[in-house]
Amino acid sequence: MSAELTLKGSLSGFKRMAPLSLFVIAFGLAFGVAAIQRGLSGLETLLMSGLVFAGVAQFAALELWGPEIPLIALIATTFAINARHLLMGAAIYPWLRYLPPAQRYTSLSVMSDANWAMAATDYQRGETNVGILVGGGIALWLAWMLGTALGVIFGSGISEPERFGLDVIMGCFMLAMLVGGKTQLSMLFPWSVAAVTALLALYFLPANSHVIVGALAGGIAGLFLPDTPKPKETSKPKEIA
Amino acid sequence: MSLALTPAGALIAILIMAGVTYLARIGGVMVMARVPIGPKVERFINAMAGSVLVAVIVPMAAQGDWAARMALVATLGVMLATRKPLAAITAGIATAALWRLF
Repeated sequence: MSAELTLKGSLSGFKRMAPLSLFVIAFGLAFGVAAIQRGLSGLETLLMSGLVFAGVAQFAALELWGPEIPLIALIATTFAINARHLLMGAAIYPWLRYLPPAQRYTSLSVMSDANWAMAATDYQRGETNVGILVGGGIALWLAWMLGTALGVIFGSGISEPERFGLDVIMGCFMLAMLVGGKTQLSMLFPWSVAAVTALLALYFLPANSHVIVGALAGGIAGLFLPDTPKPKETSKPKEIA
Repeated sequence: MSLALTPAGALIAILIMAGVTYLARIGGVMVMARVPIGPKVERFINAMAGSVLVAVIVPMAAQGDWAARMALVATLGVMLATRKPLAAITAGIATAALWRLF
């Protein structure tokens, strides 16, 4: 097993992520509209989307935006919502360790849920090109920026995005990635543990802790499974489309 | 501690958010780079990778409306039947949109 990052692989990753990126434009538009309504300037809204590039955290930050921005709450909220990235990064480390550190830590700046999910699936299938993380990430970033800009410009685009099912796209995408990966039936055990603990955390622990709690509990449950076979180097990656 | 909502204050707030988010993106990899990966760590990571997704999806279904739940059911069904992610996602979105429309 080894891994590399190439331009060709990144272009292919960009193309594989393109269909989903179209939906991300709609998310970005919703954020742009919300941010302008909340009193951010157009430039501030674009800067936030460009530099933070984390939709849920950005929407949450809008809730804190006021004449005074509470610094501790802003840091705590941003961290709690994005802490899942710690685990996501760790999960694909066995893949990323083959990259030179500069490439590794630059690539991670565009890691978000969708390209990570596809990267994790690629890794499990034995794909050796890390392009989906970078190319897919760039596709998502561009879509997020384009959407934000449209929201800033037009101000009142989609007023009720949930009516069109936009809010469930991510859920459906992640479920498809989960089921589409190279999965052994034994994984149902840690996944069930993750589901139950995430629900318990959702109802009994502080807000936004459920993803971390569920993921860690699932990982610990995985310790009780028999050894997993190594990913095969020869298996052909499956395209999303 | 809070920032006044001046242009500079807003810029600082955005930069802080960006910094915290980037640390979360690289933090897990930085820690793993210092941990030797044995079979145990590998089992933990492999189980955790799917568990992240489960821990996002299940509360979404629990808190969402029936449109969201039916969308997930449709996605799962089409995915298991065809193994085509794009078809499965499209089925899910269409289900949610139709459910809410009527």
